[in-house]
Formats: sequence, structure tokens, C-alpha cells
Amino acid sequence: MTRIVTSEKTTHPTLIFWIAVGWVSFAFLPWYAIQDGFFTFEWLFDGYPWDSDYAPAAFLLAQGEKLWLAPLIIPLVAMLFSLGRTKSDPLFSKLLIFAGAFGFFWLFFQGFAIGLRGWQFDWMTSLFAPLGDRQFGMGYGAMLLASSFLFLFTMGIAARGAINGDVFVVSAIGLVIAIVTIFVFFPISRMLVAAFITEEGSYSFSVFAAKFFDDRIWGLTCLTGGPRCGVAWNSLFLAVVVGFLSTVLGLVFALVVTRSNFRFKRNLRALTVLPIITPPFVIGLALILMFGQSGAVTKFVADLLDMQPSRWLYGLPGLLIAQTLAFTPIAFLVLIGVVEGVSPSMEEAAQTLRAGRWQVFRTVSLPLMRPGLANAFLLGFIESMADFGNPLVLGGNYDVLSTDIFFAIVGAQYDQGGAAVLAIVLLTFTLGAFYAQRFWLGNKSYTSVSGKGDAGVHPMMPRRLAYPVYAIATLWAAFTIVIYLMIVYGSFVDLWGVNNTLTFKHYITAFDFSFVEGGIRWTGAAWDSFWTTIKIAVAAAPLTAALGLVTAYLLTRQTFAGKNAFEFGTMLSFAIPGTVIGVSYILAFNVPPLELTGTGAILIISFIFRNMPVGVRAGIASMSQLDKSLDEASLTLGANSWQTFRRVILPLLRPAILAALVYSFVRAMTAISAVIFLVSAEYNMATAYIIGRVENNDYGLAIAYSTTLIVVMLAAVGLLQFMVGRTKIGRRAGIGPATH
Amino acid sequence: MTNVLNNSRASSVTFENVTKIYGKTVTAVDNISLAIEPGKLVTLLGPSGCGKTTTLRMIAGLEMATKGRILIGDTDVTTLPATDRDVSMVFQSYALFPHMTVLENVSYGLKYSGFGKEETRTRALAGLDLVGLKGYDSRLPSELSGGQQQRVAVARALVLEPQVLLFDEPLSNLDAKLRRQVRQDIRDIQQNLGLTVVYVTHDQEEALAVSDRIIVMRNASIAQEGSPRDLYEAPVDRFVADFIGEANLIPCDINSLNGETATISVANLTHELNARGLTKGPAMIAVRPTRVRLTPPGGHNTIAAKIAKSTYVGNHMEYIVEAAFGKIFAVSENVATPFETGQNVGLGFTESGPVLLPAE
Repeated sequence: MTRIVTSEKTTHPTLIFWIAVGWVSFAFLPWYAIQDGFFTFEWLFDGYPWDSDYAPAAFLLAQGEKLWLAPLIIPLVAMLFSLGRTKSDPLFSKLLIFAGAFGFFWLFFQGFAIGLRGWQFDWMTSLFAPLGDRQFGMGYGAMLLASSFLFLFTMGIAARGAINGDVFVVSAIGLVIAIVTIFVFFPISRMLVAAFITEEGSYSFSVFAAKFFDDRIWGLTCLTGGPRCGVAWNSLFLAVVVGFLSTVLGLVFALVVTRSNFRFKRNLRALTVLPIITPPFVIGLALILMFGQSGAVTKFVADLLDMQPSRWLYGLPGLLIAQTLAFTPIAFLVLIGVVEGVSPSMEEAAQTLRAGRWQVFRTVSLPLMRPGLANAFLLGFIESMADFGNPLVLGGNYDVLSTDIFFAIVGAQYDQGGAAVLAIVLLTFTLGAFYAQRFWLGNKSYTSVSGKGDAGVHPMMPRRLAYPVYAIATLWAAFTIVIYLMIVYGSFVDLWGVNNTLTFKHYITAFDFSFVEGGIRWTGAAWDSFWTTIKIAVAAAPLTAALGLVTAYLLTRQTFAGKNAFEFGTMLSFAIPGTVIGVSYILAFNVPPLELTGTGAILIISFIFRNMPVGVRAGIASMSQLDKSLDEASLTLGANSWQTFRRVILPLLRPAILAALVYSFVRAMTAISAVIFLVSAEYNMATAYIIGRVENNDYGLAIAYSTTLIVVMLAAVGLLQFMVGRTKIGRRAGIGPATH
Repeated sequence: MTNVLNNSRASSVTFENVTKIYGKTVTAVDNISLAIEPGKLVTLLGPSGCGKTTTLRMIAGLEMATKGRILIGDTDVTTLPATDRDVSMVFQSYALFPHMTVLENVSYGLKYSGFGKEETRTRALAGLDLVGLKGYDSRLPSELSGGQQQRVAVARALVLEPQVLLFDEPLSNLDAKLRRQVRQDIRDIQQNLGLTVVYVTHDQEEALAVSDRIIVMRNASIAQEGSPRDLYEAPVDRFVADFIGEANLIPCDINSLNGETATISVANLTHELNARGLTKGPAMIAVRPTRVRLTPPGGHNTIAAKIAKSTYVGNHMEYIVEAAFGKIFAVSENVATPFETGQNVGLGFTESGPVLLPAE
């Protein structure tokens, strides 16, 4: 029994599959997007295959329509000649590379060149004369044909010997590059271009410069007593202060948890779950309940001092409190690792060298934590910059970039160029921080948990540090608890500050249902958006996890040219604020060839690329703990890389998969910033609905809905922990030799 | 047993001017050529970083050669990935899949080689039987001892009846006593089944014990290859002499040549030995510590020397001996009447003791 050597076979199932997909999508599937929605199938009975709205490309051409699709026949025929050849035949790879590259290029070239109004570019009109025809966005046929071309191309590259001729790995790289390009880089560049477009539709640098250097963005009049500063300065100032505060508070909590005998320190860890399950604006809502004009605390103080309740909360103070509350747990999460990562033997060495506890902390521990602290600061900075929910709820007159972008698009002005310019400014800030985090801090970490036994024990905090730290931690933890209690309590109050009787009426309004013949009728106002949210989140989660894990596999297990750029590209979307994604998706996907706005798909796609970096990180973290010789053993035993991924890596990654699934599910339910641009009447999401209620001052319903979301997400996280706990059985540590 | 696991398929391995360069500058293997006969156990031996593991991984297809050709049997496999090569490997860490039982681990490769369910099971159980793990099939790897895990790894690789079986430092995770036993087991299996085995280790004793032939590597190239006896008795240079067993290197002069035989002198001592193609003039001899003869001072054809340090280690004595040319290390089995530190002695060599090496 000799091993089957795949490179000498002349029938390749994958090749045949993708060639078949190519032909079927060209000859039988509707070429253009079905206007009634992606999953409707009326077209089958409504004029197919001759009606030009539903016709496959082959039928269009047969009727003499859309003749620019004709060149696609060349690669479709060319790929047939690869059948029956062996992989080592040089013509095999050349044919596939040609067919794939030419087909893919032509497909997108014609898509961009010809749109709803004929030629998309003026120079084409002048070159070829007006077209007098048009086309809509790509549908099943075009998209599947594009995939077919893509995978034929990667198979051709693999046959030439790239990555040891590994079709799975090359195809995975090709796929990730293609979709990241289409759904991250393409919309962002569309947005950059939009910033240069004048009102007449031509390009002008001076228009861009005028918008970019506008006083509304960069004005500094507030320093000289003027009314307000530019939004860029506002955002920057807010982000720096929030980054600083959340880092300090995060460090305080981390110290309490890791270096004290504080009795309730285990409970403090629960804080780290909060940012995952809390929709971003909920903190803002709770603050309004307490400190807003009719807030509980405001009223109490006003009565006490006999003065008018003020609106001090709306603006910078409220934003600072809300964002610090929201992002401290994130810094805490990062800093636990940092504080624990400082090697105890360093601190013990310092102690044996006669340094006192305080001196050890100041001269050894703290300097070793510095890169970690900077990292936490940058994370807080990026989060604050990108935060959309709190400024929308609490911002008052303190304008920040993320909300200004929103108002530029949805407001009366509908200024796409203006929104694009603001988005560019915001993107510059977050990318700068991201860049600093990766390249400046990237190699500077002093903390590491190595496999070697580091048998030391972290010293307790010095006393002069301990007392203030306890005080701050207790106060802040209490404050956080009160905030969350407020949210729950507020959802049962009739009309906060006016009529404080307890009632279920908000829940009834939102989630009422009745039993009718044949089932349940969901009569509550919130059900529509609730079910949509669940559906979209359920659809997005597995795709996010899959894409994240495949990317992590490529990054940890494979070496290929341009890997660093690949990694940067895939992690980049982490630093792109949701508002920027929202704006750029609107600009890029409102018109053919990719017409996606108003569909559920665009929401799913935005979640996939917003949350993918987390999946990648989770995957990298757990994959780098798997000994690489496991893969190699599998390969030398005759399994190919797909079988290895499927049978060895994935089963060992079950906890990481679950974490990525639940995380992306929960994030899809809490996200607001990108979503608010992309929702439509048909696909409204819970968070967008809640924001709508807030804008109508319907706080009761908004809070009741938020509470429900928090409970749903707590259940999801709890389920995760339950399931991860159970899968431990299959994940024994004993890969290495056991002692006997 | 052998009707299931016969190994008429054992094949040769040939490297033709193979070079492996990592990145742009790091040369891990530099233009090596070697031929491994079918049915033999050949060891790649050398210090860390000498390129022996890279060589092994190139046979497996886990690394691709930058230049040159690799053949298994008569087939050029230079560009074939690991999956498509008929080679299996036992890893240093064993690389047992922790989520699969012992039987699932051993069946893994069979499944992807196109065997039916029944056949796979039969062969896997036969393989476990062969390594003495009958009845362990439903355990998880974590429920086995280190030695047992090691044997599962061997069985998993064996059952595929590969053309070549590779071992990457298979004993380094075992304790000293178990090592001796397991290396003998591996050698027995290899000889009984007539397998071609390529074995990587940095332990020279292990290499001497198991190999038909040893390839000593240094700085990405081959320093010497030959049978264990060749290497021990006739190292080509001081690196090999020192790496295989310990050797004292002593400068000497070749006084006269008579055909194959050279007469050398070290101080007042003269000795006749194989010239190994060297010419008259300064040279070097390598002497194993056990082949240094220590006698009371003033004996015939001895060099005057002094015991700088004398150590009792149970079954023999270890001496640091100081002579005019420097210090050497000597071992004597005479523990009953040892020399004391500071004592003067006469230093000589046993008849077949020294080996002539080129100077520097």
C-alpha cells in the first residue's frame, strides 16, 4: 500500500468542484443581485432564465445584452484545459493562474467601470462614447464566479510550488486577503476618495484642504475664552484623560487582585465581564438616572442645598465618568496579566538586595510594568476615540469626532465629504495609537510567563501604597455596582424623577406577547429588532470565529512571503472605529458592483470584520500553546494540511472556538457605532432601536430593553463558561512525557 | 506479526548537493551529499545547531531544500510535501494527539493512507502489540508513562510501513535507565523488520550503540561518516575525535614514513602508527583517556609527567596528568593502587592507542 501522491494525480476533486461552480454560476444562476433580497426565490418563477433582471450571464449574452461580460468566457474555457493534467505539468499552473487572475480582474473591472448610470468614470465616457446601458450589483452568479476564479488562481499558485504546493493553505491566504481587501481596504479607500469630491462631483484637493483644516475640527478658541474648541481637540483631550484614568484605575484593581490579601478580591474579577456584556451607552443612561437633570442624586442635592438642578452632566464631565466606568475593566483585564507577568524572582532578588517593599515596587516592579501600562493606556485611548454610544447620550455641547461623523451623514446637511474628512481625522488618531502599540511597544514587553518554573511569590503591596489603593478600589467598585443596580431598578420605574412608582409597563410595551391560535404573537414593540439582532448575531458569530481561527492558523503555523503585512492587515480593523466602518460601508456599498446597504448581509459583514481581530487573538493565543510537532506528526502520517487543521488543531482548540463564538455573538448584540449607519427599516437592531428611544426621551423602555440585553448576554457568557468547563475533559495537558 | 508488518519496502535515501538556507542568510545545511542504504540504521550526530535536525526534516518533507536533490528509493521527492512522502517520523516530544486514544493515534496515518476500517484496526492493534502495548488501546496519551508514550509514537510511525522511518532525538525525554532499554528496543525492531531508519541524536554513546553507520555533522556540513568503530578508532580530525568519545589532543612530529606506517615522537616518546596519508613534519595525535598508560616514573619509552589531580569514581580512577606539552585526561581501571595527586609518573600509550591527525 503506497501512499497516494496527490501531485501525480490527474483528477483533483477540488479543481473539478470549482470549475463546475464557475460554469454553473455563469450559465445557470442569476447574474445580478435580486432586488427583493438575498434569500428570496421568487425569481425562479418570474421570468427566469430570460428576464434580464434574473438572467444568468450566459442567457444575457445569448440575448445580446451586457456584452461586456463576454470576455469572461475566455478564462472559463481556459480552465477546462487544466483538467486531465498533472500538478507538475507547468501548463497546469499557468492555465489556472491565467484563468483565475484574468477572470477575477475582468469581473471586478467591468463591475466598477459600468454602474447604474453607464460608465462610472468620465474619461471612459469620453473615450468610448456614452454607453446607454447600465448594470446593478453583483448577485449569486457573479459572486460565485468570483470565488471560483479566486480559488482557481490560488490552486495555480500552489501548483507552482508556493507553500510546498499546499492548496488549502494558499487558498486560505487568498481568501482572507480577498475578503479583507474587499471589506476593509476597499471601503476605507472609497472613504478617503470621498473626502476629495466636490459638490459637483469632481475631485479637488483644495476642497479637501478646506474641510480638513476647518475651524470646527481644529479650532483652539476655547483656550482664549471662545465658546468651543475643534472636535479633534475635544476627542483627543477626552481620549487622553480617559486613557490615563482607566489605566490608573485598572492598575489599582490589578494590584488588589494579585498583591493583597483583600477579602473580596475574587469578586473583583467579575468586573472584567462587565464591558463584554454591557451595550456601550448603558453606562451613560445610568449616569443620567443618577446625575441627570431629574436624576436621583441631582434632586437630592438640589433639595438639600435648595438650588436649581443643573445640567452639569451633559458634556465633558459626564463623558469622562461614563467612559472611565466603561473602559476601566478593559484596562484591568490587560493589567492583571501585566502585573502577574512580572517575574517574582526579580522582585525577590531586589528584596534580598535589601530594598524595602516600597523601594522594590518603585524601582523594580513599576518599571517592569511600564510597557504594559502604556499598552493599557493606548487601548483606553482607542476605545474612547471610537466610543459612539456615550457621546450620543451624554455629549451635550461637547462635540466629539465619532458623533459628528454621524450627524454629518444623517443630519439635514447630508455631507458625505465632511463625514469622510472627520472619519479620516478619527482614523488617523486611532491608527496612530494602534501603530504605537504594535511597533513601538511590540518588542518591549518585559513580562513573560515562560514554561520554566519561576517558583517565587509576588510580594504584597507596600503599606503606603496599599491603603490608598484599597480606598480607590472599594469606592470605584461600589460606584460600578450602584450604576448597574440603577439600570435594573430604573427599568421598573414608571417615569424617572416624576413618577417613581414601580411598574412592569416598560417590559410589557417592549416584550408583550399573546397566545393565539397556532402559536405566539409577538406584540411587543421591541420584538422585531430583538429577533433581528439575535438572527444577525447568530449568523455573524460562526463566520467571525471561522475567519479568525483560520487567520490565526495561517499566522502561527505557516510562513509565507508578506506575512507581516498580512498580519497587520487582518488586525487593522481593530483600530478602525465603528463609525468609520459605518461611513465607509455606506460610501462603498451603496452602489454597484457590491450593493449591500439595506440588507442584513451588510450588518453581518460589518460584525465579522469588526470582531475578527478578537477571534484572531484568541486563536493565536491558544494555537501557540499547541506544540508544532503535533501538526508535523499529522503531516508525516499522510494527512494533508486541511485534514490536520480539521482533525488535530480544531479539536484541541475547542475552548478558543467557543470563546470566539460567544464573544462575537455578544459583541454583535451590543455594538452600536457601525450599526447605526447600516440599519434599515427591515433590519433594525436592538441597540439602534434603544438609541432611537433615548432620542425620544423614552428612557424607561430604553433601560428595560438594555437590561434584557444584559441578561441575555450574561446567559450567553455563563453558557460559555459551562461549556468550556466541560470540554476540559478533551484537553488534557499531558502532551509531554508524564512522570511515572 | 511480520505478515502484517513486513518491510520489503525499506528504501534508500540520497541527498545530492543539498543546501538549506533560512531567510536569506542563515545556512542550516550547506551542500551536503549522502547516501543511506535500505534496511540500515543511520544516525545523524552532532552538537546543537549543526544542521542534523534540518537534514532529518528535509527527508520528512517538513522543510524544503533550497538547492539540490533528495531521493527516496529512486524517486525524486525534492518538491514533495510531507503529506505525499512515504516517510514517517517519531518526534522528540512524541507529538501524540492528546484528544485521541492510543488506538486512534496509531490508526490516524492508516486512515489517510486509504485502508479500510477493519484493516486499519487490525494493523493498528498489531503495531501496538509489536511495541508491547497490547491492551492499552483505549487509554489517552496522558494516562501513559513517558516510556509508554514513546512506544505509542513508535507504533504510530511503524504501522504505515514507511519507506523510511525517522527518529528525532527520541530518547531525550526519558530517564537514563529507560533510555538504554528503549534504544535497544528500537534497534531490535529495526533489525527484525529490516527498516531504513534515520536517527538524530546529540548523544554520542547512543549513536555508537544503535547505528549501522554514523554521520557526524558540524557547522551545516558533514564532518565524517562511517561505522561506529571507524569513527571511534579513526576520526579524521580533532572535532570528530573530541566529539565521539573524549580524546586528548597532543602535538607530535612525524619523524619517518615507511609505507603506511609512520613513526612519531612526542618529547622523548616514539610510537608507530598508521600514517593516514600524512607527510613528515608536525602533526597531532588523538588519544582516548582509556588508552593512556600510567606507570611509575622512568619506564622505557614514557614521558615524565605529574598527577595534577586524582579522582576516585567507583569503578575506575580519573586523573588529570600534567606533562611538558600540557594537561591530559586519563582513566585507569586500577583502583586498588591508585596514584596520588602530586605523584610523578611515566606517561605512555597502549599499542593501538593514538590516532594520527593533521596539525590544526
